Amino acid sequence: MAEKSFSASRIPGFATTAILVFCALYLPIVMLVLYSFNSGDSVAVWEGFSLKWYPLAWSNEQVRDVTLRSLTIALVASVVATTVATMAALGTTRRKKTKGQTLIYLMINQPLMVPEIVTAVALLIFFAAIKVATGYQGLGYLIAAHSAFCIPFAYLPIRARLEGMDKTLEVAAADLYASNWQAFRYVTLPLLLPGIVAGMMLAFVTSLDDVVITLFVKSAGQDTLPTYMLAQIRRSVPPDVNAISALLLLLTVIMLTLFFLLTRKRD
Amino acid sequence: MVYAIEARSTRKVYGSGSFAVTALDNVSIAIRKGEFFTLLGPSGCGKTTLLRMIAGFETPTSGQILLNGQDISTQPPNQRPINTVFQSYALFPHLSVRENVGFGLKMKGRPDAQIAGTVERVLSLVKLEAMADRKPQQLSGGQQQRVALARALAPEPEVLLLDEPLSALDLKLRKEMQVELKRLQLELGITFIFVTHDQEEALTMSDRIGVMSAGHLLQVGPPREIYNRPVNRFVADFIGETNFIPATIAGGVATVAGGARLAVATDAPTGDHTIAVRPEHVRIGAEGDGALPATVGESVYFGTDSHVHLTLADGTAIVARQQSDATGAGVLAEGSRVGVSFADGSVQVLED
Ligand SMILES: Nc1ncnc2c1ncn2[C@@H]1O[C@H](COP(=O)(O)OP(=O)(O)OP(=O)(O)O)[C@@H](O)[C@H]1O
Ligand SMILES: [Mg+2]
Repeated sequence: MAEKSFSASRIPGFATTAILVFCALYLPIVMLVLYSFNSGDSVAVWEGFSLKWYPLAWSNEQVRDVTLRSLTIALVASVVATTVATMAALGTTRRKKTKGQTLIYLMINQPLMVPEIVTAVALLIFFAAIKVATGYQGLGYLIAAHSAFCIPFAYLPIRARLEGMDKTLEVAAADLYASNWQAFRYVTLPLLLPGIVAGMMLAFVTSLDDVVITLFVKSAGQDTLPTYMLAQIRRSVPPDVNAISALLLLLTVIMLTLFFLLTRKRD
Repeated sequence: MVYAIEARSTRKVYGSGSFAVTALDNVSIAIRKGEFFTLLGPSGCGKTTLLRMIAGFETPTSGQILLNGQDISTQPPNQRPINTVFQSYALFPHLSVRENVGFGLKMKGRPDAQIAGTVERVLSLVKLEAMADRKPQQLSGGQQQRVALARALAPEPEVLLLDEPLSALDLKLRKEMQVELKRLQLELGITFIFVTHDQEEALTMSDRIGVMSAGHLLQVGPPREIYNRPVNRFVADFIGETNFIPATIAGGVATVAGGARLAVATDAPTGDHTIAVRPEHVRIGAEGDGALPATVGESVYFGTDSHVHLTLADGTAIVARQQSDATGAGVLAEGSRVGVSFADGSVQVLED
């Protein structure tokens, strides 16, 4: 190419800025992981290497309890959200364009656009009314709330995958005697699967990580891992919370790596 | 006679209001059983639209599509015994060659053993037995094309639709596949409806050709008839190269500028018309003796023959095609004056 195109990397100070930003993003995380191996119980003074905080954290019954609750909610919510998101994505990409489509798109993505605190308060009021009416106090509220706000996270990768898919393939399936259901089952679904799995993992991580909505919606004794950890660090950061964070980080990194591998364009 | 496929006053309008596009305007066509029928026309003339309505991907705005005399206009594609070879091939990327080819039979609910047998047979028909376990991405363009063909043939359709199936292939492969397709069609006796905008492809392969332009079907006939007896200027111009010369017709004689008189069909329309002559039917000789006087222009050498550009007395430019000789002695000097005549029966009178 004869003419030089615009490149951000030629702006003066680009490299320095980039390094500073990466430090700001990742140094705290490196510190966190590092101090989860600290043998002392301070998060400020390094006293030598030790693995003791990991078994210690797990021997705490409360930690086990909230971890299990978090995983249960995240699992159920991500399955529900992904199912709804898949149907929504099919509905918004595989039907004739209609006037209301933008509105539907906005509605699906509402949790991304409305401040979380607003959704949280709205859910609090809504669920309070149901609690009064039915007397039900269980985990259902948290699961329902998480399912709802996880939908857009599952929806976006699924929709992207559907839009990138060659529609002629579905036409070809119909040409080869496939009914609508067969075309979906044998052509659309297998090709969509990486998008669905990616969406589910994104929803899972999002649910696992949520604090604001959970704080507002949970009943007494329904702490999840993040809200429990938040309560623990009111005064100081206990090293076992550090260890749990490091494990959560590991889980997230694994999931996001898988997400990347699945959504990466093949060929 | 019952035709394999019939279109009766079929119209297709895309969109509505001020965005309406008439892709197909009252097209009527009858395609015989076992025929190799080609739809030929420039880009955007509605070939794909007609094919899509026959396949069932599109419903006619008005008119009907008939299969074996039965109206199938509103039948969904999965209920029509008609298969398509798509221009983009549209092979299923997550399935192997074998599974791609077996897809139609599987959807029809055939037992696995029968599917396996048919797939083997069809794969050997297109010489792809060795590739059965590969994925489509692991094949060359020509091999993918053959998988697409095998996939469409495996369910034994009554009619096979091919939408420019060879346009993505290079010239050599294209020629091979033309022969291959023709062989398959003769062997299987299936009705082929083939779409192309390549006139040479249409002429060499087809039993009959339908020439289309801007949503209309202009002429239907065997290749020779289309080439030698084009009904109008568009067909004459689109198929092969043609010289157009203004003339006045009366009683089987065409009088062109300069007074030369040419014999044409006695039933030709009278009045001022255009006559068409193919370059290979133009003879160059000495001046006089009833020949059209002309001035020689540039000669372009093409190997087996040369195109000699000539200017007639009234300024009309025409082209003559001359066999090349080994020595180049026959090359006409630019600016020399010659007499032009036309081979017997080669002059066509066009109505518009
Ligand atoms: N889905 C559609 N919506 C609106 N207009 C369309 C649609 N499909 C085709 N058309 C229009 O209809 C006309 C005929 O299109 P068609 O695809 O049948 O042409 P074609 O003869 O197959 O051309 P090509 O040789 O380029 O494939 C074109 O003017 C095209 O723009
Ligand atoms: Mg086309």
